[in-house]
Parts: sequence; C-alpha cells; structure tokens
Amino acid sequence: MFDFLEDYDLLGAFWTTVQLAVLSAVGSLIWGTLLAAMRVGPVPLMRGFGTAYVNIVRNIPLTVIILFTSLGLNQTLGVSLGADDVETINFRLAVLGLILYTSSFVCEALRSGINTVPVGQAEAARALGLSFNQVLGLVVLPQAFRSSVGPLANVLIALIKNTTVAAAIGVAEAAVLMKEMIENEAQLLLISAVIAFGFVILTLPTGLILGWVGKKVAVKR
Amino acid sequence: MSSVLYDAQGPRAKRRNIVFTAVFLVALAALLWWVVSTLNDKGQLEWALWEPFFTSGEAWSTYIWPGLQNTLKAAVLAVLIAMPLGAVLGIARLSDHAWIRVPAGVVVEFFRAIPVLVLMIFGLALFAEYTDVSSDDRPLYAVVTGLVLYNASVLAEIVRAGILSLPKGQSEAAMAIGLRKNQLMRLILLPQAVTAMLPAIVSQLVVIVKDTALGGAVLTFPELLASANTMSGYYGANVIASFTVVAVIFIALNFALTSFASWLEARLRRSKRSTGAVLGTADVDDINAAEVGGTHKTGGNAV
Amino acid sequence: MKLRKVTAASAAVFALALTATACGGDDGDSNGSGSGDDKKITIGIKFDQPGLGQKTPQGYEGFDVDVATYVAKKLGYSEDQIEWKESKSADRETMLQRGDVDFIAATYSITPERQEKVDFAGPYLLAHQDVLIRADDNKIKSPEDLNNAKLCSVTGSTSAQNVKEKLAPKAQLQPYPTYSACLPGLQNGAVDALTTDDSILAGYAAQSQFKGKFKLGGFKLTNENYGIGVKKGSDLKDKINKALEEMVADKSWEKAVKDNFGPANYKNEPAPKIGDIKS
Repeated sequence: MFDFLEDYDLLGAFWTTVQLAVLSAVGSLIWGTLLAAMRVGPVPLMRGFGTAYVNIVRNIPLTVIILFTSLGLNQTLGVSLGADDVETINFRLAVLGLILYTSSFVCEALRSGINTVPVGQAEAARALGLSFNQVLGLVVLPQAFRSSVGPLANVLIALIKNTTVAAAIGVAEAAVLMKEMIENEAQLLLISAVIAFGFVILTLPTGLILGWVGKKVAVKR
Repeated sequence: MSSVLYDAQGPRAKRRNIVFTAVFLVALAALLWWVVSTLNDKGQLEWALWEPFFTSGEAWSTYIWPGLQNTLKAAVLAVLIAMPLGAVLGIARLSDHAWIRVPAGVVVEFFRAIPVLVLMIFGLALFAEYTDVSSDDRPLYAVVTGLVLYNASVLAEIVRAGILSLPKGQSEAAMAIGLRKNQLMRLILLPQAVTAMLPAIVSQLVVIVKDTALGGAVLTFPELLASANTMSGYYGANVIASFTVVAVIFIALNFALTSFASWLEARLRRSKRSTGAVLGTADVDDINAAEVGGTHKTGGNAV
Repeated sequence: MKLRKVTAASAAVFALALTATACGGDDGDSNGSGSGDDKKITIGIKFDQPGLGQKTPQGYEGFDVDVATYVAKKLGYSEDQIEWKESKSADRETMLQRGDVDFIAATYSITPERQEKVDFAGPYLLAHQDVLIRADDNKIKSPEDLNNAKLCSVTGSTSAQNVKEKLAPKAQLQPYPTYSACLPGLQNGAVDALTTDDSILAGYAAQSQFKGKFKLGGFKLTNENYGIGVKKGSDLKDKINKALEEMVADKSWEKAVKDNFGPANYKNEPAPKIGDIKS
C-alpha cells in the first residue's frame, strides 16, 4: 500500500524543508539578535526602527512577505540573490522571506529573555565601567540567550512549519509534494498521514531536545 | 524605555550616537532610494497603476471588500468553532483521569506539530472526495477546517494556561468550602480564566487572519490576498500596487487587533477586582509553536 | 465595572466582525442552478483573463462572456437572468458534474480526457498555445529557443508542462497564481516568456499599459478547440450548438471577436464548424 510512495521524492521534499528551516533559522537568529540590540540600544533612531520593523512584520501574513520577495524583489527590482536558475532563485527568496519574518519573533523572544536578567547584573556591569556593547555582549545577552532557549525553540518549531508557505512561490518542499500526490493518487488519508508524520518527526524531537537544553542551561535564580 | 543597559550619555557618547544615527539614516535612505528609483525606472510608480485605489471606490467595492469579507468570515468562523473545541480539550488536559488527559494531550500536540497549510490541503481534498460541498464553498470549508484543527489545539493550550495562571488560593478556597471538582471548574476557575484569556484570544485572531492568506495563495480561496490577482488582471497588471494595498490592509487590520489585545491586557492587569492573572500577547507566540515542556516566563524585572 | 467594559469591548469586536461578514454572506448562496420558476441560468467563466472573461467594476467582459450571453439569449434568458460564476481550470469538470453551473465557457479546450467526464458544444474558437515575449526579444524565434529560458505560467497549468516535456526540456518554470503576476517579470527580464493560449496572451498584450512592449511568438504549439462544457448527456448541447451556428451566421461572432480581440491585434482563426475538432 506504500508502493506509490516510491514514485515520489519524499525524502528530497523533506530535505528541502529541512534546508529551508536551517538556513532561515541561522539567518533569523543573526538578524533577530541585531534587531533586539537595536531595540534596547541607546540610539533613538535604531530603537524606533527596531520597534517599527517588529510591529509591521509581525502583522503581515508570511504568505504576503514571501510573494513580495518573488514578485517585488525578484521580478520587479531584479534581485536574484546570485542565482541563475528559477529553482535556486525561488529557494533563496523563500529563505530571505522566512528570515525577514522570523527575525521579528526571534527579536521578541530575546527581548523577553533580556527582561529576565536581573537589573543588578547590568548595573554591576556598568559600575565596572563597561560600555553598552560590553554590557550587552558580555553580561546581559549570554544570560538572556540561556533563558530564551525555550521561547527560541518555539520560534524554531514555528519556522519549520512555516517553511510550507514557500509553496506559494513554487519551492518544491513537502506541502507542494503533498498537493501533487493527492492530485495523482487516490490515497488521501495515507498521503496526509505520511506528510503529517514527517513534520511530527521534524518538530517533536526539536521541541523535546531544546526543551531539555533550555532547562539545563537556564540560569537558576 | 530608559534603560539600565547604558549610562547617562556624556559628550563623547552623544557625539557617537549622532554618528550612528547619521550612518543608519544614510543606509536606510539609500535602501529606500534604491527601491523607489528602481520601481520608478520599471514604471511601477506610474499614477495609472495606483489611481484605481485612490480616485474611485470601484476597486474597493468590486475586488477588495468582497475579499476582505471572506478573510474575516473564515477567521471569525474558525475562532467560533475552535473556541468550544479548544475549551473542551484544554479542560480535558487538566483532568485527574489519565484516560482523558493523555488522549487530549496527544490530539493537541499532534495538531500543533503540523503546518496549517498541510491541514488545509488535506481539508480541501477531504471535502472534494467525501462530501458534496459545492466547489464554490470548498475552499472556505477547507480553510476553516485547517484553521479550526490547528487553533483548537492552540486555544486548548491558552485555556489550560489561563486556568493554571490563576492563583492557587482560588481552588484551595473553593475546595475548602466543599465545592466539587466540576463546581470548582465551572463556578470558580473558568469564569476567571476566560477573562484572563481574552487578550490571548484576540492575539490569536491575528495569527488566524494571517493564516487565511494561505488559502488565497495555495487553495484558490477568494480572500483578500487572492483579490489582488483578479484586480491586477483588470488594472493592467498593477501587481506591485495591488499587493501593496492588500499588505497595508492586512497590517492595519492586524495592528488594530494587536493594539486592542494590548489594551485589554493592560486594562486587566490594572484591574483591582480580578486576581491579576492575565495571559498576555507574548504568551501566544510561545503557545503557537508546539512547545514541549517549555516554561512560560512572564516578563520579570524590566530592563 | 472595568471587567464588564473589557468583556463588552471584546464582544463588540466579534459582533462587528460577524456583521461585516454576515452582509457578504448571502452573495453566493443563491445557487440557482437549473432554470426554475425565477428563470435564472448559471454560467461558469473565468474572472481574471482580460479579453476572454474578466471581472470588472462594470460587470463581466470578454469573448467568452459575449458568447455565453448570446447563447443564453437564444436559450431564452435575458442578460440580467444570467448568474456568472468563477470556474477555475481545475474545478470545471466537477462544477458541471455536480450541476453548480448550467454551462461553462471558460477557455475550455475540448480534449478526449475531458469528454469522458462532460459533453462539449462547439467548438466556438480555435486558439493555439503560444508564448508572449518582450517586443525587443530577438533570441526566442522557435520553440527550441525556450531551452534555458525562464518560462512563466500559472500554478497547475498544463501549458508550461507541455513545453517542458515536448519542446524545450531545459526550460525553467516559474509558477504564479495568475497570469498577470507574470507580466512585471516579463517586462523587466526576470522571466523570458509567458506561455498559454494565444487568445489569452493577446488580451494581456492589448492592455494599454503594455502596448508595444510584448509580442506573440506565433509558434502555434497546439490546437485548442474552445467548447462550451455541459453536463454529460444534457439536452443543452444541441441547443447551444444551434445558438453558436446562428451566432456565426448573423455576424455576432465576428463582432464579438472584433470587440474583444480587435485591440489586441489578434489574428484569430475563422469560426470553426460545430463538431470540427482539430487535434
């Protein structure tokens, strides 16, 4: 009954999903940390930018953002992110869209992490004469990251699920394959179960492991 | 946000800030200029492409408003159906009996682990194959089904967290005066939890509104995002203009909902009559991902 | 009291959303299939294809719409007794089988596979699959030149697949939800060609925005015999065939062609004979 699965590149599709998730995760962690730094930093313009960015991006559907990277950035503004063929361009655009979107959630997770660091820590650091970059980089962020592991894990899981939105610009990941399989085979329940199982495999261990790590590294107060 | 992260600024820090501000401003301006000038070069800023949205109501009444109605219809239906389901699942997860608690937990964790798009695609095929829902309504049914399956699980977690957020004294006092478990839940915990949950539920509406757009892009559900397609066909392929207008509407709608949720939250936190237990907008982000054993941290001492 | 206010405000938001949707709720539910007492006829067309079937603030416009209106008139329905429904390509057979619509005129090519599921009247137009390219593009002169070219088409459309499988295996496909989304990219060089039926492409090339910017390749890759789809075994088929014959005879067909394709400078094929399906 699973014969028909051999006609489809199931592993390939999920591999694309994983690649989308990993690349976007790295990118949004970097961009999200920068945004969080801007939001708590001393430069008013950057603070304003960070706040505006997060508030706008969180309120746009990811679908719209990803369509915009394709229709706006690529088709109109001519950005192709250094790729030549359509498949690679779309893949990279999808990663960019996912980063732009997810980083706003990373920023918020980090900011809530920063809020858990006791005021005394930053005050003590300042009393030692550390600059803002040092206070943030050496004292506050390391502690904030440790207590943000839980929320960041949630962002990562949401990101894994959100990779399916790349289907909107035709990146051949798991949801596209699911649609194709359903159209060609009369095995709706089985196909859905297989795809659902694939996502459970990706998300459940991520949650369990990072949940465990989060508890391990959390700063006991 | 006067911060404890940095000292009051002296003359050097102020100068440095001005430099940073200037550099950042130049970078932002350069980016903006590049976008605007390229759009202009490609003729995307021609007034003819944008004019339909400003000079007459036609575009709004023919394309945008019907699309927005469908978006709202799907979102509201999804919340209304998912809420009771979520309440039942959430309470079931708090049950003392393992044979209720465990299956409810499995259902909740399962549907939270699966992308809502996958659930929608499944719904569409399900209605096509096994029911006689007309092809007009099928995308709506599929979108609502996907949203309900996913959001019932999320709302279940919101309900559970809402009940757990109440001070322990509430249930202890209730048990002390001899209420049964069912009375305790019905008379003491749920009414207070519902109030505590309101901001979280409104925030969840934002997530739902955003997810309806998937129905437009992938399932041919004629909602707001899809209306941009029909519209740009008529107005000379003003794709950029149409999608920009639609994006602005999404932002405005969701921004209103988010602001309302924060207002509710602030209101409830200040309120003297309640226990002060509130499930805030920040908790919703956490619950939306399938968090396993994650601990909820409510903002401690603010930096 | 504060709590009351909060609860009331939330209730008000939900109520508002509900009323907003309620007044739109009854747009589509009068599924007046079948010509009952109130005499309505439901016709499936495309909503997003300028020149053939496009939803406009003034109503519906295009060649398919004109043909359908003429046919409906011959069947005894005036213009305001027609209810238009959007029939997306993938939904057309199901809509007919289930009786959601009485007939469909939506760039509906007659193919053997479809004839197994539904009946066709007509054909009423012979179109060909073609490509739309930039007016100054000299590289794409034959279908083989599409190799390595970026080809834009609509998600789930068979035309692009067709090119890739039969003519230019190295062509790259860029799918979008609608044809109009392809046009900015085509104009800016992000894609090289847009492929579908020439009748549809002509409609886009004709839009004032794009005058002189695009041209048709003129490759005639396939024959597309547009027919009017009806439910299998329906007695409408013969009546519609008769109506179509009359439409050609009294020159209404030519007028409709001129009205809709004229601006596009589309060199249409002469009116096909009923039942004459070019493969």
